Formats: sequence, C-alpha cells, structure tokens
Amino acid sequence: MSQSTPWFAVRQALSKKQVTTLTLLSFLLPILLWSLVSYVPFLWHPKVEIIEPGSISWLKPGMLVDRAVFAEQTQLAAEQQTAAPQGLRANPIYLPAPHEVAIAFYTAFTTEPTRSSEQWLHESLWHSIQVIFWGFSLSSLLGVPLGILCGTYVAFSRLQEPFIEFFRYLPAPAFGALAVAILGIHDGPKIAIIFIGTFFQQVLVIANTTRKLDVALLEAALTLGAKKLQLLFRVVIPGILPDLYRDQRILLGWAWTYLIVAELIGTSSGITWFITQQARYKNFDNVYAAIIMIGIIGVVCDILLARLGKRLFPWEKEQVKG
Amino acid sequence: MTAIELPSYLEKSAAVSARFEKLKQREVILEVKQLGKQFDSQQGLVTALRDINFKTHRREFVCVIGPSGCGKSTLIRILAGLEAPSSGEVLLDNKPVFEPGPDRGMVFQGYTLFPWLNVKQNVMFGLEMQGYTKATAESEALNWIELVGLERFADAYPHQLSGGMKQRVAIARALANKPRILLMDEPFGALDAQTRSKMQANLIEIWRNIDITVLFITHDLDEAIYLADRILVLKANPGEVEELIEVSVPRPRHSSQVISPEFLATKKRLEELIHPPGPEDDTDDLHMIRMTHVGDDVEIME
Ligand SMILES: Nc1ncnc2c1ncn2[C@@H]1O[C@H](COP(=O)(O)OP(=O)(O)OP(=O)(O)O)[C@@H](O)[C@H]1O
Ligand SMILES: [Mg+2]
Repeated sequence: MSQSTPWFAVRQALSKKQVTTLTLLSFLLPILLWSLVSYVPFLWHPKVEIIEPGSISWLKPGMLVDRAVFAEQTQLAAEQQTAAPQGLRANPIYLPAPHEVAIAFYTAFTTEPTRSSEQWLHESLWHSIQVIFWGFSLSSLLGVPLGILCGTYVAFSRLQEPFIEFFRYLPAPAFGALAVAILGIHDGPKIAIIFIGTFFQQVLVIANTTRKLDVALLEAALTLGAKKLQLLFRVVIPGILPDLYRDQRILLGWAWTYLIVAELIGTSSGITWFITQQARYKNFDNVYAAIIMIGIIGVVCDILLARLGKRLFPWEKEQVKG
Repeated sequence: MTAIELPSYLEKSAAVSARFEKLKQREVILEVKQLGKQFDSQQGLVTALRDINFKTHRREFVCVIGPSGCGKSTLIRILAGLEAPSSGEVLLDNKPVFEPGPDRGMVFQGYTLFPWLNVKQNVMFGLEMQGYTKATAESEALNWIELVGLERFADAYPHQLSGGMKQRVAIARALANKPRILLMDEPFGALDAQTRSKMQANLIEIWRNIDITVLFITHDLDEAIYLADRILVLKANPGEVEELIEVSVPRPRHSSQVISPEFLATKKRLEELIHPPGPEDDTDDLHMIRMTHVGDDVEIME
C-alpha cells in the first residue's frame, strides 16, 4: 500500500501499522514521562539524599530531606565553618524509578514472605482473582436473568427497578461491617462487597440493553407465530447476547474496582494485603509493581474476552473504534 | 395542448373482465368491516383510519396506496394483529382476528431479519415456532430459499446480504409458514429503482406459482399498477377509502406495459385521486432560485 491513511480523519479506520504504533505509544508516552521525571535530574527531584552528614548531627546517610532544608543546613555548616553535608538530589520515596519497579516486578514474586503464615505474592494474587470470580459470578447468576426480565416485562421492571435504583446509590463499602457481622471475617464479606457493588448496576444496565432490542424484531417474530416464552428465549435473549456480553465485560472491570475495598474488610487479604504491607515497609517499588499487575491482569482478561466475543458472535458487524 | 386520447380506466378487455368475474367467485380470505383507528397522542385524539371496508378474494393481489401519513401502515398492522382497532373488525376466513399469528405473513419496510440467524435459520424460524422438527423445517426452508433464488446464500448472515436479498429472505420467511395472506408494508421502499423492479417481477412470479393472497402497501403508483389486481386508494385525514380500482392492465404483466393505454389511464386516475387539482394548485409559478453564480467568462466562451 503506497497510499497512506491520514492520521486524523473523522471516524475513519487507520491502517494496521498506525494502530500498532498508536497502541505502543499509548503505553510508551506515560513511561517516557515517568522516566524523564525519574532519570533527568533537576526536572523535579525535590529531595536530597544524604551521602555524608558532615557536621550536622541529625542527618544520617540515606536520609531524604527537602532541598530547602538541605540548603539551610549547608549554609549553617558554612557559617560555623564545620564540614558541610554532602548529598544528591532525589525524588520522594513514593516515586521509585521505572527500573526499580521493573526489578520489583521480578523480586516480588521471588521474595519469601517474612512470616510463614503469610502468602507469596502469586498466592495473594490468586486469592484476589478468586474473590472477584465468586463475587462477579454470583452477581451475574442473579443479575443477568433479573436484568433481562426487567427489560422484557414491564411488570418486572416496575416491581424491581425503583428499589434497585435506590439501592445502587448506597456505597457498597458501607455494608462492610454488616457483611463481616453476618458472614465472618474471611472471604464471605469480601465476596459480598463485590456482589453489592456489581449486582445493582448490573440489573439496570442489562435491563436497559434488553430494552434497546429493536421492537420490529419482536413484531416480526409475533407475525411468524412466536408466543410468550418463545419470544423471550428465541428472540430477546439471542438478540441482546452480543450487547449483554459487552456489558458483562465492562461490569467485570467495575468489579475489580471494588476489590481493594473488599479486601480491606475483615482480615486484609489478597493483593491488597500485599500492597498495604509493602506500603507500610515503604517498599513503594513493590506497591507499584502490584498495582501494575492488577492492570495487566485486567487488560489481558479483557482482551481474551474480546477475542472470545468475536468467535461467539460471528454475525456482529465490525465496529470502528470511536 | 391536446393530450393523447386515453381510454377510461374503467374500460377493460373481455379477458380482463372475465378474470375479475372469476376472482369475485372465489372465497373471501380477508374481510375488513367498518374499521376505525384512533390514537391517543399528545396532540389529542388522532383519527388514523375511519370506516374502512373491503374484501380480498383468494389469490388476489391487492395494493393499497395513499399519501404519506394516511394510515396505510396502521391498517396493515391491524390486519397483522400487531395493533388493535378502535372500532370495526377484521375477519380472516370469516373468523375475527385478535392477535398476530402465522396465518398472516408480514414483510416490513425495514429489515427485520434476525441478525443472529443465517438465511436458512431465519426461514426456519416460523416453522420451528409451529412445532415442526428441525429436519422438516430445514428441508422446507431450503425450498423457499430456492424459490426466492438465494440457495447460494443459505448460510450467510443478514449483514452479508444486500437490501434486496434481505427482503427476499423476509418474503421466504413469511411464506414458509404457508399463511393465508401475505401482508407487505412498502417492502421495496428502501431499494434502488433497478433492484426494485427486479423484486417486483420476482414477487409476481412467486405469487403466480403458489396459492397466496397478497396485500401490498406502496406509495409508488407504477408499482401498484404493475402488481395489483385491485388498488385500494386511501385518502388522508382521516384515512378513508377513496376508491377501489380494478386494474385493467392484462396479465401476465410486463414492464413494457407502462406505456400501454390501460396502464396510463389507470395511472392518470390514481394521480387525480392522490393529488386532486385544488384551487391553490398553481405549482407552475414556482419561484426560481439561482443556485450558482455563473461567471461571465463562461457565457462569453460560447
Ligand atoms: N403509535 C401511534 N401513536 C400516535 N399516532 C400514531 C401512531 N401510529 C401512527 N400514528 C398516526 O397515524 C397516522 C397514520 O400513520 P401511518 O404510519 O399508518 O401512516 P402511513 O400511511 O403508513 O404513512 P407513510 O406513508 O409515511 O408510511 C399518522 O398521522 C401518524 O402520526
Ligand atoms: Mg407507513
């Protein structure tokens, strides 16, 4: 292809190469920004890491102090004609450099837990995935059929939706203490929080998706002799399936956002336990590594589901990504 | 100005008259009695249809024409059972119609194939609803697909078909149920002229070969004359039967008949009915608006 596709054309598809470039850039740009801030001194580096305390007794090697404080102490030492402290400009401890996080990405998995009762990182992650899985599955088991019923039969919608509409405004974490009281301190309340966070939205979203089914398809089915339940099972459900699948993918993303809150309830567990623990030790490289892992799991999951969706629904037209 | 002398649209050859005599002897499939429909809309009560009466006989092809908004779709939706009449009744084989059913097939103006089913499965849909086994439904469906000439596309999904092909599948799907009457609401309205005339010929061919009565809505006069035995002309506000015309154009029909005297006479009559020459009808005094400026040099070039 010699003819190049323009980069900016309203709602026009780009070439494969352009798409790949942009996808890479979308990750490379934030990493580049992060690298600049981390490696190019004087861009930010608001702290000074002490190498040699000199005559200032309260400074210790490895300590991070504000640049202003460091300047003050240097000045003080100069005035008293004692040894000046030595230091290098540094970023705050909560912003580790990319390579530190990259190393942590590896070492987090290989570091033995400090106490034998604690979990390895991969065990923590697996635990989190299970909590999400059960919370989301239970929610879907009830929420999907209920949503479809609400979208199909006005009676259901009138009976269910006003209460659900009210309930979805209640923040799921508010039920944490209650969930612990009822379900104990282990995984029960965590799954419950994910459930509460997902279920009510799910019913409403899926009811709306169901209502968007073209009435003409239902009318066509009626004139072909379809009756009551046939309409539901042979027209409504297959008709909304691709959209329902898309909704489920989005809802699964929401379920992940409830994970951290859910895991703090009762005994802290899973990836959240790892993150809070590492933050307490000020191992922020590990904290970032863990957060990025959650992101990677989420994205990989979504990509796999999207691929599967294309297989499952061959009649869906390709959509240009808006 | 002297127009070409046309015969009256009422004048028929002996053969055509005999055909109508025979048609009227046939059993009545659909009877509409004093049908009325009012909608309770925000603008208040809207009368869409008033006092509609007509009958269709077995294997007759009836077209319904009328200005936009005169209630054609409303009428056909009531016949299909998708809408309830406000007054009057619809009888199919002398039994009143209350709800949609497979005895009345419908082809809509929009595309209503089920996108998740391929062509064959779409045509099988109605048969499966009737409780036929998959195997029977499949072989039956393939026959109908062949009839509309889409054997090669039996496994294609609707989004892979052209508009004309989609409507042919919709016809096959409706006919597969062996309905007593086929209701069609501007089925070719969205197609280009060429596809449209092919579809018309195709439909006539199907109609000639099977035992089916057709009620066909259109706003295209040529289409109505080409297809119909009789044309039901509705007038607007409220929708009432203006006239029921027996088309004098002999069968078998051919597209070259559009310039035959019978065709032109019927068309003239329809035009009079649809666009009655009113007192403010001086369309010749249309204001001319200059849309482009033609540079003088262009004129000079001449
Ligand atoms: N559901 C409805 N509620 C209120 N008014 C309606 C409804 N359906 C149709 N109407 C009104 O009834 C009249 C007839 O509508 P209809 O769709 O039957 O016309 P039509 O002859 O099919 O028009 P077109 O040629 O544009 O398809 C219109 O005035 C329309 O506004
Ligand atoms: Mg209409």
